[in-house]
Amino acid sequence: MNYLLGAFKPACNISITFSDGKNRKQVPMKKENGQTALVPLFHSQDTISGKVCIEPYQGKKVEHNGVKVELLGQIEMYFDRGNFYDFTSLVRELDVPGEIYERKTYPFEFPTVEMPYETYNGVNVRLRYVLKVTVTRGYAGSILEYQELVVRNYAPLPDINNSIKMEVGIEDCLHIEFEYNKSKYHLKDVILGKIYFLLVRIKMKNMDLEIRRRESTGAGANTHVETETLAKFELMDGTPVRGESIPVRLFLAPYDLTPTHRNINNKFSVKYYLNLVLVDEEDRRYFKQQEITLYRLKEDASS
Amino acid sequence: MIADDDEKWLAAAIAAVKQNAFYMQRAIDSNNLKDALKFSAQMLSELRTSKLSPHKYYELYMRVFNELGTLEIFFKEETGRGCSIAELYELVQHAGNILPRLYLLCTIGSVYIKSKDVTATDILKDLVEMCRAVQHPLRGLFLRSYLAQVTRDKLPSIGSDLEGDGDAHMNALEFVLQNFTEMNKLWVRMQHQGPSREKEKREKERNELRDLVGKNLHVLSQLEGVDLGIYRDTVLPRILEQVVNCKDELAQCYLMDCIIQVFPDDFHLQTLDVLLGACPQLQPSVDIKTVLSGLMERLSNYAASSVEALPNFLQVEAFSKLNYAIGKVVEAQADLPAAASVTLYLFLLKFTLHVYSDRLDYVDQVLGSCVTQLSATGKLCDDKAAKQIVAFLSAPLEKYNNVVTILKLTNYPLVMEYLDRETNKAMAIILVQSVFKNNTHIATADEVDALFELAKGLMKDFDGTIDDEIDEEDFQEEQNLVARLVNKLYIDDPEEMSKIIFTVRKHIVAGGPKRLPLTIPPLVFSALKLIRRLRGGDENPFGDDASATPKRILQLLSETVEVLSDVSAPDLALRLYLQCAQAANNCELETVAYEFFTKAYLLYEEEISDSKAQVTALRLIIGTLQRMRVFNVENRDTLTHKATGYSARLLRKPDQCRAVYECAHLFWADECENLKDGERVVLCLKRAQRIADAVQQMANASRGTSSTGSVSLYVELLNKYLYFLEKGNQQVTGDTIKSLAELIKSETKKVESGAEPFINSTLRYIEFQRQQEDGGMNEKYEKIKMEWFE
Repeated sequence: MNYLLGAFKPACNISITFSDGKNRKQVPMKKENGQTALVPLFHSQDTISGKVCIEPYQGKKVEHNGVKVELLGQIEMYFDRGNFYDFTSLVRELDVPGEIYERKTYPFEFPTVEMPYETYNGVNVRLRYVLKVTVTRGYAGSILEYQELVVRNYAPLPDINNSIKMEVGIEDCLHIEFEYNKSKYHLKDVILGKIYFLLVRIKMKNMDLEIRRRESTGAGANTHVETETLAKFELMDGTPVRGESIPVRLFLAPYDLTPTHRNINNKFSVKYYLNLVLVDEEDRRYFKQQEITLYRLKEDASS
Repeated sequence: MIADDDEKWLAAAIAAVKQNAFYMQRAIDSNNLKDALKFSAQMLSELRTSKLSPHKYYELYMRVFNELGTLEIFFKEETGRGCSIAELYELVQHAGNILPRLYLLCTIGSVYIKSKDVTATDILKDLVEMCRAVQHPLRGLFLRSYLAQVTRDKLPSIGSDLEGDGDAHMNALEFVLQNFTEMNKLWVRMQHQGPSREKEKREKERNELRDLVGKNLHVLSQLEGVDLGIYRDTVLPRILEQVVNCKDELAQCYLMDCIIQVFPDDFHLQTLDVLLGACPQLQPSVDIKTVLSGLMERLSNYAASSVEALPNFLQVEAFSKLNYAIGKVVEAQADLPAAASVTLYLFLLKFTLHVYSDRLDYVDQVLGSCVTQLSATGKLCDDKAAKQIVAFLSAPLEKYNNVVTILKLTNYPLVMEYLDRETNKAMAIILVQSVFKNNTHIATADEVDALFELAKGLMKDFDGTIDDEIDEEDFQEEQNLVARLVNKLYIDDPEEMSKIIFTVRKHIVAGGPKRLPLTIPPLVFSALKLIRRLRGGDENPFGDDASATPKRILQLLSETVEVLSDVSAPDLALRLYLQCAQAANNCELETVAYEFFTKAYLLYEEEISDSKAQVTALRLIIGTLQRMRVFNVENRDTLTHKATGYSARLLRKPDQCRAVYECAHLFWADECENLKDGERVVLCLKRAQRIADAVQQMANASRGTSSTGSVSLYVELLNKYLYFLEKGNQQVTGDTIKSLAELIKSETKKVESGAEPFINSTLRYIEFQRQQEDGGMNEKYEKIKMEWFE
């Protein structure tokens, strides 16, 4: 009976620990069930090493056809749920087929792993890195254990970082010129700028600056585009007169932003836009959208 | 209805503020920065409302303002607990809505400055720049007002411990100036908010907010390190630029006034041309006179308060600058009402009098400018302008307290020209009264001429028209003034005095029939007084051609009085002729005296027809003639004869009788031996008695009506006899007197005459004289012993 009962339970407990787990930075990550958990943070070219510990339950033995640990980089489209596309897959065989009677620890190491993409959790797509331990068994299915990782990659300071400057308007009604100091911002950056009012013939209620994220997934006819407004920041209250210039100062830190991702593995793209919105007294909206590039700067270098 | 809604919204907003303030306080108490920021931002969001009127919005603002004080303290403590203030400064800027964000930024900014982690300049610059984001006039105005309020005590200045570098105070200055400029722009813009039909109400509300803007100027004036140089080169030009450019009447008016009131006098003095240069550039509707008059009043007070300041005024040529500026303003504002321009000149004049009291030419220049202005507008008609111009013209008078000084102002009379009749007269009265009040001594004929020229509103009718509506009493009062003035004119030099008299005459004779009877007598008596003096001061030092001979003056008087006779005041003319005759007599000018008598007689014959007046006139003639000593026998006879003749021709018998017995005096001059014609005296008395008899007869004929008259006539005659008896007239005999006494006695017996007291006292007098031991009087009275008296 015991035996039978045991068939419905995992025969063993698998745990994965990282060798630098105590010192490694952990970041919160939203899990599928909506809860956030702290997950170790890695960067590309990091060496991922640690131990896999397999501990059979009391009085049990685990018969297996081999133990392996894999490092997977996966892209998952939500409309194609369950179908992962692995862009990275590294395997370490930990054990030859045999039986495990007692707790057994396997060290593993993936030295200087190339992890070109960042972890991303979008509306329609997610990109994740995961360590997968498989205890292969002929019957009763294999025993699996996953450990999520978060990967963030720092980008160098861009060589060219022009300001965004543009004059827009509606003829005989509204002419403005706006200027943002850069076209590329790091995630803790601050957007500075100015809006010049060259002609104002409408009564304005306010002016907002929005940060919008456009996530496009798929390719060709199957492209899905999802746009979210991540920040809505009021820049101005009331109607300015001609010649007035309104300062822009938007700190990016409080918002949940990611770097811009362009054509990740031909699967998806994430782009950011600054949307300048003017609202008149009849609640009509006038807006102009400009793409900005977001990148992740190494923390200590950002200041 | 709207007001009700207003109340409701305000109440709701205040409730929300209270609630959020409560949560904020709780978060503060538990050192929860995040919640404190959250609830403070929510509280501040109430200020985003557009529903409230400025007044109510202010109320709401004050509530929030009080709460922000707590927050500021909390921020301060928070930095003490190790939270970096720079982080806090960034943190508050995460707020999504602009208005709460900026209020919070200002609050933390003020803490930041205090902490001295950064230079105050950087923060101030940042704050004032960021506040641009609120373009809504009302909300922006209050936000910037808050900014000004919280930074006020933290502005770096020379010597303050917040000073970062040498330029810090300049930067602080720049900050206040910029904030001021922006606030003013918002304030001005406020008038365009909302429908145009509520414009008036809006302007009223806007006016209530003006102190928010003005406070900046006050801060500027309090800012340490703002010396004259900085004020001249930076502060004032910047303020004025804003004032001029905003092109708003309300703002310009208020701000100009603010500038004038807020900054020190000395600054104004040294920057006068800059300040004044802005005036013509203001909107035409700006009440520039209030502005400029405020300035001039201030400068006047300044000059009055400190003597040391006066050289500065000279140095900067304050006068010419002001004068020029006012000219410009008047020029620029073509439709400036006369009252306004006169007010401007009034203040300029006051200023000039205060500062340059010794510069009459300046005063005159002001008057001249005013004339130029008035020549464009013509005569002043409205009351306000008239009032102003009276004040204008009175100002130098009050200052100098001397009409003579005024007379030196050549433009003064020109200004008077532009007054209407009433005002001119009022001004003339003021001038003349000033003479009395200050006891001004007017020393030359020219001055007199000028004065009378000025006061001609009193002297003659304007344009030949006669105002029927003049109050008689007022008129008398006015002319009384003129008379007093004439009497007041007196100087020791007879030559000049005579010139004065000639001058006065020239002005007075033009006065018209109503004035002449009132004004000529003082002139005549003043002249006579001079003549007396001339006679008293032995011989005439001027030779024959001098004007100040009695003869010439009398000549003049003759002409003058003649004018009077033309205007149907013969009684007066007659009296004056007689006075003159007497003066001529005293000067021993026989022909002149004769001439006067002739004129008097002619008047008597031709003009005086009323019998009572005749009696009076005749009495005067007789009295005067009696005292004349200058005539030769022939002339005297002629005149005496004529007078006697007049007496006999009086209408009423009693009058005849009295006149005739008075004529008796003409033949008897007590002190003059060759004028004691006792015979003719008695003849006159006899004749008088005959007339009295006739009266008596008439009385008897109509007894019961007028019976008493004759008895008293007899008694009067008796007294006359006694008089001449005493004087030693040999022709007066005891018999004559006795018979007269008998007559009286019999008449009194016949009828109750009512003359008994008179008779009795006469009798007592006779008795008394008889008792006299010495003086020979008793001898004379011996003659008239009669038993009736016993």
